[in-house]
Amino acid sequence: MVEAGRSPNIEILTSARLETLEGEPGRFTAGVHQEPRFIDDDKCTACGTCTMYCPMPIVDLYNERLNITRAPHIDYVQAIPSSYYIDPKACLRINYETCNLCAQTCTAQAIDFSQKPRKLSLDIGAVVLAPGFGRTDRSVLEKYGYGRFLDVVTSMEFERLTCTSGPTEGHIVRLSDKKPLKKIAFLQCVGSRDETCGNGYCSTVCCMYAIKEASVAKEHDQDLDIALFFMDVRTQGKGFDAARERAEEKCGLRVIRARIPMVDQVDGQLALTWTTDEGKSCSELFDMVVLSEGLNAPKDAKTIAEIAGIELNHYEFCKTSVDSPLAASRDGVYVAGAFQGPKDIPESVTQASGVAAMASELLSEVRNTRTVTISYPEEDKALASEEPRIGVFVCHCGSNIAGVVDVKAVRDYAGTLPGVVFCEDALYSCSQDALKGIADKIKANRLNRVVIAACSPRTHEPLFQETLKSIGLNPALIEMANIRDQCSWVHSREPKAATEKAKDLVRMAVAKAGLLEPLEQTTVDVFPTALVIGGGAAGMTAALSIADQGFECVLVERSDQLGGNLRRLVWTMDGKETSKVLDDLIKRVDGHPRVRIMLQAQVDDVSGFLGNFTSSIVQGEQAVVVDHGVIVIATGGKEYCPKSYQYGKNNRVITQLELEASLAKGKGVLKNVKNVVMIQCVGSRGEDMSHCSRLCCTQAIKNALRLKEIKPNLRIYCLYRDMRTYGFYEDLFREARKKGVIFIRYKPDRRPQVIEQDRKIKVRVFDRLLKDEIDISACLVVLSVGIAPGDNEVLAKVIKTPLTPEGFFLEAHVKLRPVELASEGIYLCGLAHGPKCLDESIAQAKAAAAKAAIPLAKGKAAVAPIVSRVDRDACIGCGICESLCPFNAIRLFKVNKRRKAETITASCKGCGICASHCPTLAISMGGFTDEAIMAQIHAFAGEKCI
Amino acid sequence: MPEGKTKKSGAVMVLGGGIAGVQTTLDLADLGYYVYLVEKKASIGGVMAQLDKTFPTNDCSL
Repeated sequence: MVEAGRSPNIEILTSARLETLEGEPGRFTAGVHQEPRFIDDDKCTACGTCTMYCPMPIVDLYNERLNITRAPHIDYVQAIPSSYYIDPKACLRINYETCNLCAQTCTAQAIDFSQKPRKLSLDIGAVVLAPGFGRTDRSVLEKYGYGRFLDVVTSMEFERLTCTSGPTEGHIVRLSDKKPLKKIAFLQCVGSRDETCGNGYCSTVCCMYAIKEASVAKEHDQDLDIALFFMDVRTQGKGFDAARERAEEKCGLRVIRARIPMVDQVDGQLALTWTTDEGKSCSELFDMVVLSEGLNAPKDAKTIAEIAGIELNHYEFCKTSVDSPLAASRDGVYVAGAFQGPKDIPESVTQASGVAAMASELLSEVRNTRTVTISYPEEDKALASEEPRIGVFVCHCGSNIAGVVDVKAVRDYAGTLPGVVFCEDALYSCSQDALKGIADKIKANRLNRVVIAACSPRTHEPLFQETLKSIGLNPALIEMANIRDQCSWVHSREPKAATEKAKDLVRMAVAKAGLLEPLEQTTVDVFPTALVIGGGAAGMTAALSIADQGFECVLVERSDQLGGNLRRLVWTMDGKETSKVLDDLIKRVDGHPRVRIMLQAQVDDVSGFLGNFTSSIVQGEQAVVVDHGVIVIATGGKEYCPKSYQYGKNNRVITQLELEASLAKGKGVLKNVKNVVMIQCVGSRGEDMSHCSRLCCTQAIKNALRLKEIKPNLRIYCLYRDMRTYGFYEDLFREARKKGVIFIRYKPDRRPQVIEQDRKIKVRVFDRLLKDEIDISACLVVLSVGIAPGDNEVLAKVIKTPLTPEGFFLEAHVKLRPVELASEGIYLCGLAHGPKCLDESIAQAKAAAAKAAIPLAKGKAAVAPIVSRVDRDACIGCGICESLCPFNAIRLFKVNKRRKAETITASCKGCGICASHCPTLAISMGGFTDEAIMAQIHAFAGEKCI
Repeated sequence: MPEGKTKKSGAVMVLGGGIAGVQTTLDLADLGYYVYLVEKKASIGGVMAQLDKTFPTNDCSL
């Protein structure tokens, strides 16, 4: 977000709405109406004086109306733009021409009541719609006592209650009497999976956020008793089941399967009544009830659709199709995020990158015609080489740090340390105004080394480095002390000790900072070709997108034809024939002048680094060498092969894909078939593979409906654990129930058994209502087998990247970098990342194509400056470093007949293995020299010795 | 002007400044396009900015 606020090529128009959209793809004119903020962005210092003096209280929408603020305010401290604004509806000056207190007290003279609404006309080539989602109607919440009982709250309200920047500063209290509470109930599916309120779909995210909120609440108070009422637990995302199980176990959450019809009040407490799976009637009292509200279509969906000229689906979300999930119905208009359908953050971020690729495909010929490049002031080398003048900036992180650590004490302590000439604390050091403050202080005090005591350098160091660069200081002259993760988080119950540890960390960071040296920032040219590994739906989509964005692409496929798993699928979830999707993709890839297809080919070896990879690809007897700048992994996955349930022994036991294939051939497979039993989670969720395969529930229902269509009187049983027909797929689930498909839930410890007796098959399953095992005779048993990872180990070794415990490729960050690997220049999509549906694979492939095209479009890539350096005089040429380097980044060469080691800077990842093994200490790491590390250690021990 | 000869624009409008809109904006700017980010509220960030922590890693959302 802060990044968006800093780029010269991004213009943020707040309080603005789209009014008209004329033109055609590549050349639209958008009419935008922008309301005034009444506070000048450039002058406002976000000091908050205006809020303090304003007499007009208004409800704080950011805090879900749980708090009040004043007419001039800022939504939250880290908000972008970082300036305040005035709510025109409440302001006395705007409405009655009185007051004017804020303008009189604002020392920056930023208040400007002369601002008028603006009409803008934007010349644009493409439009991306990402208006998000709407909130659940109040009438739906009222059914559960919301509004009548103060202690019935929405999940968003609860979120603000748990948040340290929220109305109660993170103390979870009953809203009725502001007292702490003991028992909380979460009700799932409020405004979702509920036809009575018009929302027949599943909102997809509520199961996850409820578990998160429950575990956060437990962190606040371990004695809380929390019950979650689910219909199905839908944590189908990658790694989500594991996270859920950890949370349930660690926090002791009670998971109850029931839908609560209503909430009542008894003696000041909230009473819930429900019936269990086993038919038992229960009731219990709670102190607070949290309604897990679903995601609605945006309130203004119809207006947006009308103006943008696009179609909506029957729930008023943007209408898209499985084979083109990011395109709205008007050419040149794309859609991402929750407006396309309810979805979580990783999916939204993936789609967001995906639409960037779509727009980039359309506009590749006019790339860089409207943008400007940032230039940094020249580095002040003289200042950097002067005696260290260290500045220490200590961050409160709201109350994230300051709630535990005594930040002011840490700041004062820092001031006593040798070399420190300036120290300061800030509420949020990462906010735009605080960054500007840091830059000003550096300049004013001629600081040449900076210590930031805040959060993790992993997420925030680049931001602070950028600040240094912007004022002509080398970005390597910064050191971070992580007093959030390592102090306030891990020692949240010991504020004194946490503060002492924070002081230790700051002292160590200061000692190290004194010895930091500037590091040279180098760039390498990027070879303008992408290598895409895998020719399935994801690989073909990625290759096409990269090629359409104007870059050469080599598409490597192991088998003798393109298509991958898509070849085995017959119908898409929205009922289209996949052969059409497949043929279209193949035709476009095949005929593309910038795509080179290599069939029966495998990547044997990859060397190099972002911008300059060289791969050896084995095709038949031949090895072809390909130079390329980036890699996209789209190697797919495979159908899990069941080891039990009589599969392979009896030909009436088949998989869902096998059923599809035989149905495609004709109705023969259904001859003499009266009963079909489908078994879910075969191989998945702890049977053989630990993960949920995400798509099997919907696939089973899709096929069940197809069977019902062919043979309406067919009896179909579906044995399941949780039906995970998330999003709009819930419609199919409901239709299946209406058409008479019988769903029986089984417990993981009592999985169904397939029994063969007298050449007949029956499926034995425990029925919870009858409390007994029942036998269902089956003419056909269809196993919903999961998705197993492909043979990823070999490729993972070649490109030196880790896999998840389940065997899929591991992305750099679940939410922020869902399609990138930790190694730069390598991107990921499709089943190689984890099980997912076709539309999700396609969106992800587009996302990977966008990310891969970024370095290709820039033409240059910056090399991380933290690399190893060999002191040639001290090197004895033993070669230990060369043999140990996992990135082939060290080579030996001869100087005056003596062997010496040298770092290949561009390949070096800065891991430090070479430096730690060098027997003569000839290798040092940029930013981590032996002297600096030793100084850090001495600084720690030194104080303790005294 | 005859069709097909009208020059395309190297700018894109992104409607909505939540996590999806912001991510699209950043990627488009990185890909060499000028971006107008149109947000109806007074600050960007959307609903994600209201979240304290996020599932499953419990990272801070900002």
